[in-house]
Amino acid sequence: MVLELQNITMQFGGVKAIDDLSFGVKTGEIYGLIGPNGAGKTTLFNIVTGNYIQTKGKVTFNHEELSGLKPNMIVQRGIARTFQNIRLFKSMNVLDNVLIGFHNQANYTYFESILRLPRYFLYEKKLKSDAMDILERFGIAEYAMTNAASLSYGNQRKVEIARALATNPKLLLLDEPAAGMNPNETEDLSQIIKNIKSEYGLTILLIEHDMKFVNNMCDKVLVLDYGEEIFEGKPSDAIVDEKVVAAYLGDFKNA
Amino acid sequence: MKAIKIAFLIVAIVFIWFAQNHFDPYAVSILNNIAIFAILALSYNLINGVAGQFSLEPNGFVAVGAYVTALFLIPADTKLDMFALEDPSAFVLAMHTSFLPALIMSGIVASILAFILSIPVFRVRGDYLAIVTLGFGFIIRIFAMNQPAMTNGALGLNDIPSNANLYWTGFITVLTFVIMLNIIYSKYGRAMKAVRDDEDAAIAMGINTFWIKTYAFMTSAFFEGVGGGLMASMLTTIAPDQFTFLLTFQLLIIIVLGGLGSMSGTILGAILVMGGTEWLRFLDQNMDIFGYNTGAHPGLRMVVFSILLIVLMLFARRGLFGNKELVDVFRRSK
Repeated sequence: MVLELQNITMQFGGVKAIDDLSFGVKTGEIYGLIGPNGAGKTTLFNIVTGNYIQTKGKVTFNHEELSGLKPNMIVQRGIARTFQNIRLFKSMNVLDNVLIGFHNQANYTYFESILRLPRYFLYEKKLKSDAMDILERFGIAEYAMTNAASLSYGNQRKVEIARALATNPKLLLLDEPAAGMNPNETEDLSQIIKNIKSEYGLTILLIEHDMKFVNNMCDKVLVLDYGEEIFEGKPSDAIVDEKVVAAYLGDFKNA
Repeated sequence: MKAIKIAFLIVAIVFIWFAQNHFDPYAVSILNNIAIFAILALSYNLINGVAGQFSLEPNGFVAVGAYVTALFLIPADTKLDMFALEDPSAFVLAMHTSFLPALIMSGIVASILAFILSIPVFRVRGDYLAIVTLGFGFIIRIFAMNQPAMTNGALGLNDIPSNANLYWTGFITVLTFVIMLNIIYSKYGRAMKAVRDDEDAAIAMGINTFWIKTYAFMTSAFFEGVGGGLMASMLTTIAPDQFTFLLTFQLLIIIVLGGLGSMSGTILGAILVMGGTEWLRFLDQNMDIFGYNTGAHPGLRMVVFSILLIVLMLFARRGLFGNKELVDVFRRSK
């Protein structure tokens, strides 16, 4: 288990966004998190990344407890994320966006950058070529000098994933990576995600509403409804499960 | 690329040398003024434009820098003569160095104060920095007024040795400019811009935003302190009332005109605003317009700058350079 959540409860005032939830993600898995809107999927992401502090429960990553760590420390432990609504650095070009992901790997101090000492050039050169490598892998190297905000929606998604990958993660959290993409782009993206997963030895936890994408990608899914687990298992079994269908479409039998 | 940078440097150095030796004293004093305001605006732009943390600090740090440099430069016996309200404290009497260490001390004291301010301020998000730094400016002024043993109170300090010629102000401007660009084109500058664009996303990239903002603020304060020291030495006399909010406002006009986040734009902004202030002096005096005498209106030229700011906000919100540098223009054409 690379990521393990035990008895997580998250309460916002009187609302229980997540209620006593436990699950684990195995190394090398693509784990899907699905459920209707408001089920608590993104809240769960925010707990894992340290943006929210859970009311109860424990999150462990590689057998190390994450609770109490600042979000930027959690990134340094090897958990990277993308956002549901794309959040690129809009005033910067694509290359700089990816270079920001390399921030903690550029091992030179403030004074070394002011005085332009050799280590500055050493790391800048190395990281620039690493960043270009990642961009090439995503097929967007030609846009390296383009302003990030002027790319197409699909390419902006790719930049966001590329940027997360630059932080050298072990676990990648993708919040609706295929949202707003057409079928071709979705196909393209799922291929890229599979490639980077095997190349970088990643474990992936993703939220997605596109069931075809989930079916095609995930080894295992967890279905959430009102903060509670209603199903865990293979994606193909999820779509025929009675409770899952009831959560999405309403409970016809007892209506 | 490198050739262009070196060419810029050579042109700047030759110009400084030529101006110092061949321009008349009035032109030199204007250039001095432009250079000092360029230093202040460049450093102000780092925290306000590059890191995107709206701050109103310059007048406070400039005051600190000016007083520290002045106290270091004035010899002990002059201090004894000058301090009329109260005798100078032993600590103040013991302070005496040459010009360069005095300037560096000004910068260090200002950046230590900046660090102390940033501990509470950068733990929370929002415009608290603006509120705290505005208050800080007032506190420094009131402190200078009410500590006659250290600052000679409202009388201010006179007879500050005049060391600041165009070599000092010009070279420090060039140095500040180069250092700011070196910061911007490094991982720290990128992180500052990331914090400005989207702080949550910056954190999700593993950036410790507290330290990035603190670095920007302390660097800003350092050069504002140095600029204050130069100002004290150029004017040879300082008083608490010189460092009001109006000074910050003037710098704000410069960086908004030049472009928030653009160091090249800031230099141009400093030249336009400070040069313009001199050039528009005729507005303050008697004018004959078609035989009608308008009379003297001191402060009329300030109206021009206020109108300029309004026009900028309406039609060119990004300023002359946006957030681009002059080198970006060359970079793109490559």
